[in-house]
Amino acid sequence: MNIIVCAKQVIDPEAPPASFKVEANKVMPPAGVPPVISPFDESAVEAALKLKDAKGGKVTVLSLGTNLLRDVVKKPLSMGADELVLLEDPAFAEGDSYSIAYALSLAIKKIGAFDLILCGRQAADWDSGQVGLGVAEILGLPSITLARKIEVTDSKAKVERINPDGYDVIEISLPALITVSNEIGAPRYPTMKGIMAAKRKEPVVWKPADIGADPARLGRRAKLVKLFQPVREGKVEIITGETPEEAGAKLALKLREIKVL
Amino acid sequence: MPDSKGVLVHAEIADGKLCAIATEMLGCGRKLASALGQELAAVLIGSGVSNNAQEAIAFGADKVYVIDDPTLADYRTDAYVSVMEKLAKQVTPQVILLGQTSTGRDLAPRLAFRLNTAATLDCIALDIDPSSKRLLQTKPVYGGNAQAVFTCDTDPQIATVRSKAMSALPQDASRKGEVITIAAGLDASAIRTTVLNKVKEQVAGIKLEDASVVVSGGRGIGGAEGFKQLAELAQALKGAIGASRPACDSGWVSDACQVGLTGKLVAPDIYIAVGISGSSQHLAGCTGAKTIIAFNKDPDANIFKVAHYGVVGDWKVTLPAFTKKVKELVSG
Ligand SMILES: Cc1cc2nc3c(=O)[nH]c(=O)nc-3n(C[C@H](O)[C@H](O)[C@H](O)COP(=O)(O)OP(=O)(O)OC[C@H]3O[C@@H](n4cnc5c(N)ncnc54)[C@H](O)[C@@H]3O)c2cc1C
Ligand SMILES: Nc1ncnc2c1ncn2[C@@H]1O[C@H](COP(=O)(O)O)[C@@H](O)[C@H]1O
Repeated sequence: MNIIVCAKQVIDPEAPPASFKVEANKVMPPAGVPPVISPFDESAVEAALKLKDAKGGKVTVLSLGTNLLRDVVKKPLSMGADELVLLEDPAFAEGDSYSIAYALSLAIKKIGAFDLILCGRQAADWDSGQVGLGVAEILGLPSITLARKIEVTDSKAKVERINPDGYDVIEISLPALITVSNEIGAPRYPTMKGIMAAKRKEPVVWKPADIGADPARLGRRAKLVKLFQPVREGKVEIITGETPEEAGAKLALKLREIKVL
Repeated sequence: MPDSKGVLVHAEIADGKLCAIATEMLGCGRKLASALGQELAAVLIGSGVSNNAQEAIAFGADKVYVIDDPTLADYRTDAYVSVMEKLAKQVTPQVILLGQTSTGRDLAPRLAFRLNTAATLDCIALDIDPSSKRLLQTKPVYGGNAQAVFTCDTDPQIATVRSKAMSALPQDASRKGEVITIAAGLDASAIRTTVLNKVKEQVAGIKLEDASVVVSGGRGIGGAEGFKQLAELAQALKGAIGASRPACDSGWVSDACQVGLTGKLVAPDIYIAVGISGSSQHLAGCTGAKTIIAFNKDPDANIFKVAHYGVVGDWKVTLPAFTKKVKELVSG
């Protein structure tokens, strides 16, 4: 089974909220906090490796961006993926979901045969949630979003798709594109063997010309007018007491006093 | 599409009624349509949905398109994208709004790609730019750490709308509108997915989204055992149990309890966060609460930046004392 996973390098979304800064409509990478593979994309890698464990096959990871740190983008290799293809070029810097889906689709065509493409449900930077569906649309593939479980039998996959009240079990014909959510299970830790193998493995790097990208289609469709940090006028009242127990009880009294209770 | 005109709302129906998000979008759609000087239409897609057309009119639609077909009973991407594409080409709306629901977040991007335009998901504000007359689409990004305003030069401009971000108009049963039935015209063989089963994860008690009190626990709770204490407090306050993602991922509570950006959005009167640090992604789901109360041992925890009241200390000590006093007060 051939699986392609799309994984994006992003600013660490778990960096302390106080370190988050916007300047001149741009997000400033927090000092001293290295980027990471977007968490849902690690879930997608995990889903791919689970299928590989069960069925065998090959997992190819595809990352598009600029300034891709090798230690970061190689993490899926150290988890057990087989190949890494990077689309790395300044021309990709200003992209949005539309240009990214376009470029990823061209790269996937160039990679060739596949049974399944896996993406994260949304990238942890713009929380856009569109690239996977875009790739599916461009490549004419059926798709299922928000998977929490994937089982492959012959030319079909059985997928559990999350919804607010539980999940739907959906069957899809392969090849297909599936987006993965964290409920698939915690991404595995890299093994020592995996880390060594990843160190030795050189990624394939493609430029826009290598995939035959039309430069006019690498621009944005969604124009960013403004980026700002919402102001939270937080003013907390901390309730204290002689003992922690007393503080807890006093909070209840306070809530009664202000008629919240 | 130079001739594009009008605002079209995809109104979802559940249990025979328009979903709250559909009425909220009709409220917002009305505002956008009048800013553009154009019409507001709704589309109902499903099986047995014709009866809801008048309801959509009562909530503000001038026109309702009904695509009622047994093959549309379950949401399936291929089928829904196909009927929406057909409708969009026939009606040529300038703006299409969908809910940021399981359906909308799957349907909107694919539809946008199919129609060679762009979508913005999870919008919390939508306005018409007075000079360009284009749709200003505001959405939280970076897990809620920032907000972005997008526009798009191509029509239709597609947006999904976050629940509880907009207000519905009061229902007016006397409003008149036009109902237009459209044939689905689907080729069953072009639908490449089959829904085999729908599994409901039962969560006991009050529904999280509707509860007026939510008691949420995070990683600091440390295990399923601790959630029993939260349940005791929730019960005393007739509230529901919520959780941060790590508490769900660890299996201490059902995934259906997750509050946040990728969980549920709640706006209760009282939100009690216990052992939750207050990541932007968690706060995205609960800052609509009227009063936020935090129990955390770390005085610098980010949750205290949004909470109205807080107690610093080990929740295992502070919470039982709080619960005991609450019980006295609510019974007394
Ligand atoms: C794209 C994306 C989407 C996400 N979506 C969501 C989402 O929808 N919902 C969500 O919740 N998270 C989401 N997350 C995860 C989020 O970033 C945080 O990792 C998560 O919210 C942290 O959960 P927590 O506060 O329970 O844990 P932690 O951040 O580990 O905080 C635990 C807190 O408990 C306190 N504590 C520990 N022991 C005690 C004690 N004995 N008494 C009192 N206090 C104690 C600590 O001081 C700490 O503040 C998402 C992440 C990403 C990247
Ligand atoms: N630059 C990228 N490189 C590789 N994969 C990406 C990239 N951008 C988006 N994706 C994939 O598409 C998913 C959804 O991204 P988005 O639409 O940006 O939220 C991500 O979870 C990734 O799987």
